[in-house]
Amino acid sequence: MLRSSQPLTGPNRKRCREDEMLLGTVLDEGERGFIVDTRSAQAAKQARMTGGGTEPKSSYPQWKRLHRPLERGRPLQESFIKLVEACNDTSINMDRWLSRLESSRWLSHVKAALSTACLAAQCMDREEASVLVHGAEGTDTTLLVTALAQLILDPSCRTLGGFQGLLEREWIEAGHPFHLRCAHSAYSHARLKQEAPLFLLFLDCVWQLSHQFPFSLEFSERLLLTLFDNAYASAYGTFLCNNEKERRVGCLCKVKESTHSLWAWLNQPGEKKKYLNPLYSHNALVIWPSVEPQSIQLWQGLFFRWIRSSQHLDEAWAEIQQLVDAN
Amino acid sequence: VENVRLLDRLSSRKAALGTLYLTATHVIFVENGSEARKETWVLHSQISSIEKQATTATGCPLLIRCKNFQVIQLVIPQERDCHDVYISLIRLARPVKYEELYCFSFNPKLDKEEREQGWKLVDLTEEYNRMGVPNNYWQISDVNRDYGVCDSYPTEVYVPKSATAHIIVGSSKFRSRRRFPALSYYCKDNNASICRSSQPLSGFSARCLEDEQMLQAIRKANPGSDFLYVVDTRPKLNAMANRAAGKGYENEDNYSNIKFQFIGIENIHVMRNSLQKMLEVCELKSPSMSDFLWGLENSGWLKHIKAIMDAGIFIAKAVAEEGVSVLVHCSDGWDRTAQVCSVASLLLDPYYRTMKGFMVLIEKDWVSFGHKFNHRYGNLDGDPKEISPVIDQFIECVWQLMEQFPCAFEFNERFLIHIQHHIYSCQFGNFLCNSQKERRELKIQERTYSLWAHLWKNRADYLNPLYRPDHSQTQGTLRPQMAPCNFLYKFWSGMYNRFEKGLHPRQSVTDYLMAVKEETQQLEEELEVLRERLTNLQKSQINDNKVKSKRQDRSKELGLSTSNNCLANTPQEYSNDLKSFPSRSPSQGDEDSALILTQDNLKSSDPDLSANSDQESGVEDLSCRSPSGGGCLPSEDSGKDSDEAVFLAV
Repeated sequence: MLRSSQPLTGPNRKRCREDEMLLGTVLDEGERGFIVDTRSAQAAKQARMTGGGTEPKSSYPQWKRLHRPLERGRPLQESFIKLVEACNDTSINMDRWLSRLESSRWLSHVKAALSTACLAAQCMDREEASVLVHGAEGTDTTLLVTALAQLILDPSCRTLGGFQGLLEREWIEAGHPFHLRCAHSAYSHARLKQEAPLFLLFLDCVWQLSHQFPFSLEFSERLLLTLFDNAYASAYGTFLCNNEKERRVGCLCKVKESTHSLWAWLNQPGEKKKYLNPLYSHNALVIWPSVEPQSIQLWQGLFFRWIRSSQHLDEAWAEIQQLVDAN
Repeated sequence: VENVRLLDRLSSRKAALGTLYLTATHVIFVENGSEARKETWVLHSQISSIEKQATTATGCPLLIRCKNFQVIQLVIPQERDCHDVYISLIRLARPVKYEELYCFSFNPKLDKEEREQGWKLVDLTEEYNRMGVPNNYWQISDVNRDYGVCDSYPTEVYVPKSATAHIIVGSSKFRSRRRFPALSYYCKDNNASICRSSQPLSGFSARCLEDEQMLQAIRKANPGSDFLYVVDTRPKLNAMANRAAGKGYENEDNYSNIKFQFIGIENIHVMRNSLQKMLEVCELKSPSMSDFLWGLENSGWLKHIKAIMDAGIFIAKAVAEEGVSVLVHCSDGWDRTAQVCSVASLLLDPYYRTMKGFMVLIEKDWVSFGHKFNHRYGNLDGDPKEISPVIDQFIECVWQLMEQFPCAFEFNERFLIHIQHHIYSCQFGNFLCNSQKERRELKIQERTYSLWAHLWKNRADYLNPLYRPDHSQTQGTLRPQMAPCNFLYKFWSGMYNRFEKGLHPRQSVTDYLMAVKEETQQLEEELEVLRERLTNLQKSQINDNKVKSKRQDRSKELGLSTSNNCLANTPQEYSNDLKSFPSRSPSQGDEDSALILTQDNLKSSDPDLSANSDQESGVEDLSCRSPSGGGCLPSEDSGKDSDEAVFLAV
């Protein structure tokens, strides 16, 4: 699986031999690959007007392009804000709740993200074909898809350590602009242009996987909540800045020299056990989630975190832990 | 009929080819050539509707919708055969005599005494004693011993000490269907009670001294409170409309010291339509999130569930926190009243959250108090306007509570699902007819078997591993929140999409934890035995080696750590590009799609989970399908052995 940003085809259908060669080296003679473009066919076409575009079939004959539009940017942030508003609305009655939930479109985004990741995973696992994923910049929906696809395909990404590695690779080092994207979250009226909850969407999708495959992820919901918190505000430097360059050179302070790593803290034996899933049992298989609406649930642990008491559910988890420990 | 195809709803591609059989009690589809001889059995009693669809090139489609929400899509090659099957099923699914029902031919191979014992498992007299009645305030009345006062009530009812036979009879004449106020639940901690009845025949101004005295008697039976709540579970408008027909509700001016309250649960027709709409949403092909959420909201289903729950919560609060008695009624006092009384009891008394207690609760508030099972669930062919998912809603309320309080119930979701299934299956005699009187006339207990005994026998499958009688969640009253509602009520896909395996988590946490619990227990017992033996054997060294190897074998047998990885799954249809991909030959290592059935995974009482096969057949495109729906239904094993089944190979 490869990821990139969009090719700069432009309105004049420029070609780039090096780019074609690079993609060519990935595939053997006669093999085919798939390009998963996270923009709609129309949006991708329109991108040509501003210098971007798609890989033309003639120049990349072995690659088949699939468009799976995923929401990002402003609309995704709006979706998030609307959802949080709906969840916080204590006056809402049963007559209106579901349509309010629906109008935020958040669950539709979760469904779309999971479906696209599954598609990419299917290309690799079922068709045994290579996949190139990209959107426009390659820093948002691209990473969402590649990270999720790896969780689906690769059991080693589902361990606590493996998951951290996945985050480092596919989100932090890959250059997801955390500083811009995770600026103010849902309550701010600032409406920053660059703000968008892609990382939260990713965490939500991971939660959906944990819900559908309760034994297959080594980490618990608590880890996901902690990651969500730290992406927005953290005592650690892990999610600072927008990319590796800024972290090393651009920042006023050198991140690695002047801050502590979140992973180092999480992995301490005393801390670590809080983030483990008591039901975990290594599952060597690919996990294919259902993306039917009934299977996709609202992540109550996050969206109602401060609104409803989790006491009874926590007690249930404590029971589960006890049962497993006793064994 | 041969060469029939059974389609999978989630993907129209994976169709199983086989033979369709019609027997006196079941429709059976047997898949051709599968090694496991996969069979799908459907009881005629479960069939809710049959739809013959337009003939296509592939054959004649027949859609069977079941009361337990299974949907079977068949394609029969010849139109003539399809028509025959259709006509036969219509007749078979609409029995006119009780004797046609499965329970009269079902033979679990138990002797007469075992059958009797089965019926004795739930004893209501014992239950009322457990509650604390009869006592100084409450007595048993046999005024209805021949069903002479109210034919839909049981022979034994509990009434306040000061309610004489004269008062009871007088009150019954002033109540719809003669259903006078009687005790449903007594709280011995504070003497508050829940009583139930039907609506008074008050019209606009009618009064009845005995009825007023009856309510007074109920109030006086609770010395801790100087007033009584009267809860009318109907919407105010409906209740008012009833007045024009000479019925209505209690006027606070006429009845001393009552506080009257409308709760507003809709009637059976609204509920029937609500369910219908929700099932239509479930039948949508590849719905978007939007379609689903809009459809679900449109049906109003969860809103109704909440209304029932809120009523139960109100009553439980009145009893537990205010110490005030409550009289509950609706129109006839056998639908909403039953729902609300049983929800309230469940919240109040932890006993009803045990397996046995739950059976007792249903026996008390539904069976003995004359809930019209036959009319509501269509045992026999009857008026379609009487059909309504009343008990289904109650069962869902219980599930919603289980989701909010995972440690509070001794039983698990499967218990609820199987009970719902058997209410419609007519395999057992508990839910036949409309009243105790009718059941006794038909001699149900001598001619059929009790579901409770059957469930009790298999109770290991129905336990909740998180339940501990000494857990804080199991003690005392459950106090669910009433608002905000956004996180409280979920769509129960385990029930309404029960047979769509692709939708559910493949790995059952409940079963896993039960197995863990059992294993721990066994190991502990073994440890105890070994400890004793070790002290005894300290004298001789020879046996140490034997002991070690024995323990290793045991943990291999249980093999907990590996069994769950075998519950594999296949990808569903993620791609809309149907023709994009080349076909994949089935021989390419399907490890992750093979469902390996181990003994641990097979539950004797729920074969539908195990009959599920994830075998992938050659796929034309990238979309792979989820396993086909419909497997064996609970307790079908015994059905298969029935030598009274007549095979009509059509």
